[in-house]
Amino acid sequence: MARNTATKIQLGHGGGGRMSGRLIRDLILPRLDRGYLGSLPDSVVLSGLGDSIAYTTDSYVVSPIFFPGGNIGSLAVHGTCNDLACSAARPVFLSLGLILEEGFPMDQLETILHSIAEAADSAGVEIVTGDTKVVPKGSADKIFINTSGIGKIESPVRPSPGRISVGDRIIVSGSVGNHGMAVMLSRAEFSFDFELKSDSASVWPVVERLLELGPGLKFLRDPTRGGLAATLNEIASLTGYGIAIDESAIPLDKSVVAASEILGIDPLQAANEGKIVAVVEMGMDQVALDLMEGCWQARGAAVIGGVTREHPSRVVLTTRVGGSRVVAEPSGELLPRIC
Amino acid sequence: MCLAVPMKLIEITGEGTGKVDSGGVRTDVVLSMVPQAGLGDYLIIHAGFGIEVLDEEEAHIRLDLFRELAEAYRAQDEL
Amino acid sequence: MNAGNESRAAAALARDIKELCGKASFPLRIMEVCGTHTMAIHAAGLKSFFPPNLQLVSGPGCPVCVTEKNFIDQAVLIAKEYDACLVTFGDLVRVPGSFGSLATFRSEGGRVRVVYSPMDAMGIASELSPRPTVFLGIGFETTVPTIAATIKTAMTMGIDNFFVLSAFKTIHPPLKILAAKKDLNGFLLPGHVSAIIGSDCYHYLVDDFGKPGVVAGFEPLDILLAIQDILRMAVFSTPQIINDYKRVVRGNGNAAALAMTGEVFEACDASWRGLGVIRGSGLTLKGPYSMFDANTHLPVDTPPAQDDPRCRCAAVLTGSTPDTCGLFGKECIPDDPVGPCMVSSEGTCAAYYKYGER
Repeated sequence: MARNTATKIQLGHGGGGRMSGRLIRDLILPRLDRGYLGSLPDSVVLSGLGDSIAYTTDSYVVSPIFFPGGNIGSLAVHGTCNDLACSAARPVFLSLGLILEEGFPMDQLETILHSIAEAADSAGVEIVTGDTKVVPKGSADKIFINTSGIGKIESPVRPSPGRISVGDRIIVSGSVGNHGMAVMLSRAEFSFDFELKSDSASVWPVVERLLELGPGLKFLRDPTRGGLAATLNEIASLTGYGIAIDESAIPLDKSVVAASEILGIDPLQAANEGKIVAVVEMGMDQVALDLMEGCWQARGAAVIGGVTREHPSRVVLTTRVGGSRVVAEPSGELLPRIC
Repeated sequence: MCLAVPMKLIEITGEGTGKVDSGGVRTDVVLSMVPQAGLGDYLIIHAGFGIEVLDEEEAHIRLDLFRELAEAYRAQDEL
Repeated sequence: MNAGNESRAAAALARDIKELCGKASFPLRIMEVCGTHTMAIHAAGLKSFFPPNLQLVSGPGCPVCVTEKNFIDQAVLIAKEYDACLVTFGDLVRVPGSFGSLATFRSEGGRVRVVYSPMDAMGIASELSPRPTVFLGIGFETTVPTIAATIKTAMTMGIDNFFVLSAFKTIHPPLKILAAKKDLNGFLLPGHVSAIIGSDCYHYLVDDFGKPGVVAGFEPLDILLAIQDILRMAVFSTPQIINDYKRVVRGNGNAAALAMTGEVFEACDASWRGLGVIRGSGLTLKGPYSMFDANTHLPVDTPPAQDDPRCRCAAVLTGSTPDTCGLFGKECIPDDPVGPCMVSSEGTCAAYYKYGER
């Protein structure tokens, strides 16, 4: 990966793709890593504190702050809880940090707080500490939220990329791209009507069921920024193995397909906020699907492919017509195209 | 150089504008380049404009051709 | 059509393509004129069906790729000089100018908004009135009529802060230049440009250059069928123009769109990255509509752009493969592009890089 040479932060640096990667690897880690940070966990299992505890933090700076199916508040709760869930930790406590732009309407704040409460209750977490700051008009885009979360590890299963092996199967817990596409469609500059909603939800109920696979559950990740493409590439690069997936097996909502064709955006690169990618032991994929049966957050779960010795570190997709191509790591901002 | 998709005309919304739908995603489009468009037609939509009306008969002819190719291939395969 | 049938039909066409290529005693090079075809071919993984002696090369039908670097520079200068808001299709956001891209300008506080439709741009102009709002006009004959219609509406509604900076281009002039190249055996002709200009107008490819051309749609099977047709004509030397997208493209195109274009625009000379100035290949606002021309009404002094001498976008745009450029995959990658072929999502280099052909 080429070194970071930018002298100013660009939007792509926060996009979750290669530009973000360079910022973290070249600027942040060299200064801050003392052991835990280097493996770049979304949430980290801390030792030396008695019971195993997982800890994570995330900041939410999305625009628009209100989108179909949720708002920045519900996103801030579910997103952080889901990071914990992917470390097989039951989300328990959250902190809530608010940065508000001067002039931000109080009624919008109330709506967001209501959503935060609802999301926390539905995820079974309690917000136990918080902070509120106000900055002058223009210094923040309406509202920024940071949530840090603490989760309790209750299972001996420790999903991690090191446990993945050739032959393992890759499962996605439902249709992909819903959140990213819903947000894109709802941009003020565009004028689309649609029913598509963000899939923002807690994935812990899905993870809890998958933990019954025991050591057969190898790895979990929620494909947020950069979508499924980013997560699959992350797995490929962390393990050095190839990932082979089947386009016809990837569950896609028909609105997502339509939106992706209209705007020229790859749904595999669009964010998900209520889904997980699970890597499970070869032969256990049907068991995994059966375990998720009946869990509404995993409606539409499907096996999309597997881990292979072929094309190391690359994700290769067999297309609907039987061709094959590489799924590239997304690089920065998702943009609609006309050409 | 031109991303355009077929979308169904579901409503005439004004003088030279209409609403189209694909997969539940709907948008208002300008119809000035497709004056012959009627409700229920599929329009090729580019940048919020209808640029042509899909000829359904030709579309069916094309689909039939592909189905024949598929059948012939399957038949050969089975030999 | 179900997935099984789609794969079988693809396999059948792929087999025919292999057979035809086998009959040729020469390597076969087909130019995909249209950037959207380049994207569709890569997205469907169609190249994995082709035998080694068949090469598909990208042509100049990628408006972002052929737009000169100083178009970006001029846009940014206008925004700075006149405190204007730039409105653009997403495609242009990350194209490098001489001092950075529109994304760079935005990160420095510049006003840049992305739209799906030029009508949205007009809406932004209304919203920001009286601030000058400049729509960055890139595209070919498919997109031009949509801007023509938008401009007419702006005139009717009296929106006087809306401007268009035209880098619009037409496809026949460069196509005539490319058709003369000896090492191209046929052309995959643009589907939606042809919806506007018709399929009857490409006869010169056959009459003057003896090369076949097929107007194709964008579904994987449409493209495979078109390629099969081109190959058959190339291998047996029976060049013709075939319309393989009859469900959308008529022989004489879309009269309403052509009339709209003719009313608002007239031909002018245009500079194409990689091909230099081509006479009569650009479009400029004419008559009463020239009041919307950003070039004349928001003039700025744009210094001529200096292209990186190692950049081979020019060659890639006229048929060379990305691996012939020393910068490809090294100094020039999607995150850090040197030339537009790597930035544009449909640029040859970006497609090759992203979809794994290194």
